[in-house]
Amino acid sequence: MAMLAIQGITKRFGGLVANDDVTFQVEKGEIFAVIGPNGAGKTTLFNMIAGTFPPSEGKVMFDGAAISGRPVAQIAQAGLVRTYQLVQLFKALTVAENVMVGFHRVTTGGVFSALLRPPAMRRQEREIAAKTAEILDFVGLSHRANVTADLLPYGEQRLLEVARALAASPKLLLLDEPAAGLNTEETAELARVVRKVNENGVTIMLIEHDMGLVMQIAHRIAVLDYGRKIAEGTPDEIRVHPDVIAAYLGGTEGYDD
Amino acid sequence: MRSSRTMTLPVTTSTSGGLPWRHILLAALGVLVVAFAFSANGYVVTVIGFAAIYALFCTGLNFFMGFTGQASFGQNAFAALGGYGSAILTADYGFEPAIALILTMAFSGVVALVVGYPTLRLRGHYLAMATFALGLITYEISINWTDVTQGYMGYSGIPPLGIGPYYADTPKQQLAVILILLALGVLAAAALKNSRFGRACRAIAGSELAAGALGIPVARYKLVSFVIAALYASAAGSLFAHFVGFISPEVFGTAMVVQSFTMLYLGGIGTIAGPLIGAVVVSLLPELMRGLKDYQTIGYLVILLGILIYAPKGVAGLLDRLLPKREG
Repeated sequence: MAMLAIQGITKRFGGLVANDDVTFQVEKGEIFAVIGPNGAGKTTLFNMIAGTFPPSEGKVMFDGAAISGRPVAQIAQAGLVRTYQLVQLFKALTVAENVMVGFHRVTTGGVFSALLRPPAMRRQEREIAAKTAEILDFVGLSHRANVTADLLPYGEQRLLEVARALAASPKLLLLDEPAAGLNTEETAELARVVRKVNENGVTIMLIEHDMGLVMQIAHRIAVLDYGRKIAEGTPDEIRVHPDVIAAYLGGTEGYDD
Repeated sequence: MRSSRTMTLPVTTSTSGGLPWRHILLAALGVLVVAFAFSANGYVVTVIGFAAIYALFCTGLNFFMGFTGQASFGQNAFAALGGYGSAILTADYGFEPAIALILTMAFSGVVALVVGYPTLRLRGHYLAMATFALGLITYEISINWTDVTQGYMGYSGIPPLGIGPYYADTPKQQLAVILILLALGVLAAAALKNSRFGRACRAIAGSELAAGALGIPVARYKLVSFVIAALYASAAGSLFAHFVGFISPEVFGTAMVVQSFTMLYLGGIGTIAGPLIGAVVVSLLPELMRGLKDYQTIGYLVILLGILIYAPKGVAGLLDRLLPKREG
C-alpha cells in the first residue's frame, strides 16, 4: 500500500493555477523527490500535503486515510512530520531540548504530572533523554547537545531540524528544500543522514533544488513544471527525459548534475 | 559539516559539568537577604516582604511572558482579584486566610480561563493592548463598586495570615510564611519548566509554526500558561492583603505592571532566578539610595539603565555569561 497518495490535486489562487491535476504515489520505505524549476508549484503541493491549506480539488491519502483539509497539528499527530525551508528552530532552547520537544507527539503528561512527578513521568523523562542522546548521535550533533540552538552554524541547524522531526517517530518525513543554503560539505553530510534515516524505515518525501543531491539519494522522482506533473521515474529515467531537459533548459535554472 | 566557523562555538554550557556555581552563588545571596531581613527592624522586614510578594507575582508572569513568549500587561487584574477576594472573605465573612487564599486562586483561575479564551487569539501588540485593558477595567471596578470594595477609601481590617489556631502575628512570622510560599512557587515553576508541558510552552515562544507541526496544541497551551500566571498573581495579591492588612485600588494599579516588568527584564526574563533577582534588586535599590536624598530617584534610575545596557538579558543572563567559564 502507498504511504502517501496524491489524487488529482489542483490548487487555484484566484486566477492562478499553482497545481494542476497532480497525481502520484509515495510507496512505503522509499525516498521520493519532487523537483521542478522555480515557480513550478512544489511548495504549494507540500503545503497541501502538510495541511497548511486545503486543495481546491482532489485529495491526499496518508497511510490509507484521507487527510486533505485537516489541520496541521492533527496531520502531525497522524505521523506525517515536516521540516521547513526556512529553519524553524526553538532558538532559545538547547539542541537537546529542541529534540526533546519533538517527542511531544509520542509522549503524554501535562501540568499535574509536571508538578507531582509520578514515577511513570520520571521514567518517561529518562527515556526521552536517552533517546534524544541516540538521535543526536545519529545525526552527529552529540557534541552540541547543551548549546543554545541559535548558536549553531546553518548546516547543523538543518540537521537539528531533521533530528527534531525524527523524535516524533514519523511514518512519513517531508523535507522542504533541506539543502537550501548549505555548502557542498554540509550537503554531503545531510545526504548521509537522510539516507540513514530512510534505511531505518522512515519513508521520505523531499522537494529539492539541488539536483546533485536528488539524483544521489532519491529512489524515484516526480517533475513539476507550471503546476503540472511532466514526468515521473527513477533518477536514470528522469536524467534523459526529453520534457524534463526542455523544462530545465528553457527555464531560468541550469541542469547541473 | 566541520567548517572552520564551527570551531569557535562553545561545546558545553553552564548546564554541564563542574560545580553549579551559579546556583551556589544565588542560594548564598538568598540566604544573606533572608538573614538580613530577620535580624533587622520592622521597616526592612516590610521591604523584603514586598520583594518576596513581587517575586511570586513575577514568577507567574515570567511563565507566561518568559517561557511561553506571550505578552500580558494586565496581570495586576488577577492580583486585585486575589487581594480583594481574600480581604472580603476573611474580614467580612470570617473565612480562614489559607482557605480564602485557595478559593480566590481558584476564582482567578476561572476568570483567566474565561477572559483568556477569546483574548489569546490575539498576538503581539494586540494581545498587550487587550490585557492592558483588562487591568484598567479591574482598576475601575475596584474604585466604583464601593459596596464591595469601599472604593478609594480602601479595605482595612484584614487579618494576618494563618490557619486554624496558628496565626502569624508579627511581621517576621508573616515574612516567614511568605518566603515558604515563594519557595513553593519557585519550585513549581522550575518543575513546570523542565517538563513535557514546559518544553512545549517554550517551543511555542520559539516558533508557533514548528510547535504546531510537532503536534503541540498551541492555543490550549497558551491558555493554560495564562491561567498559571493568573494563579501566581492572585496568590501574590492575597499575601499582600494579609501582610499589610489594608488594600486600595492604587495598590493593584498600573504602577504594579511597570514595577513587575522592570523586575522581570532587569532580573532576566525566561529564567527561574530572574524574577527573584529582579524583585530583590528593584525593591532594595531605592532604599539603598536613601543617602542621596533628593537625588535618590536619579541614582536608582541610573543604576537601572546601567544594568539594562550592560546586561540586556538581565542579571541572570549576566551570571550565565560570567560563571560557566570558571567551570572548565
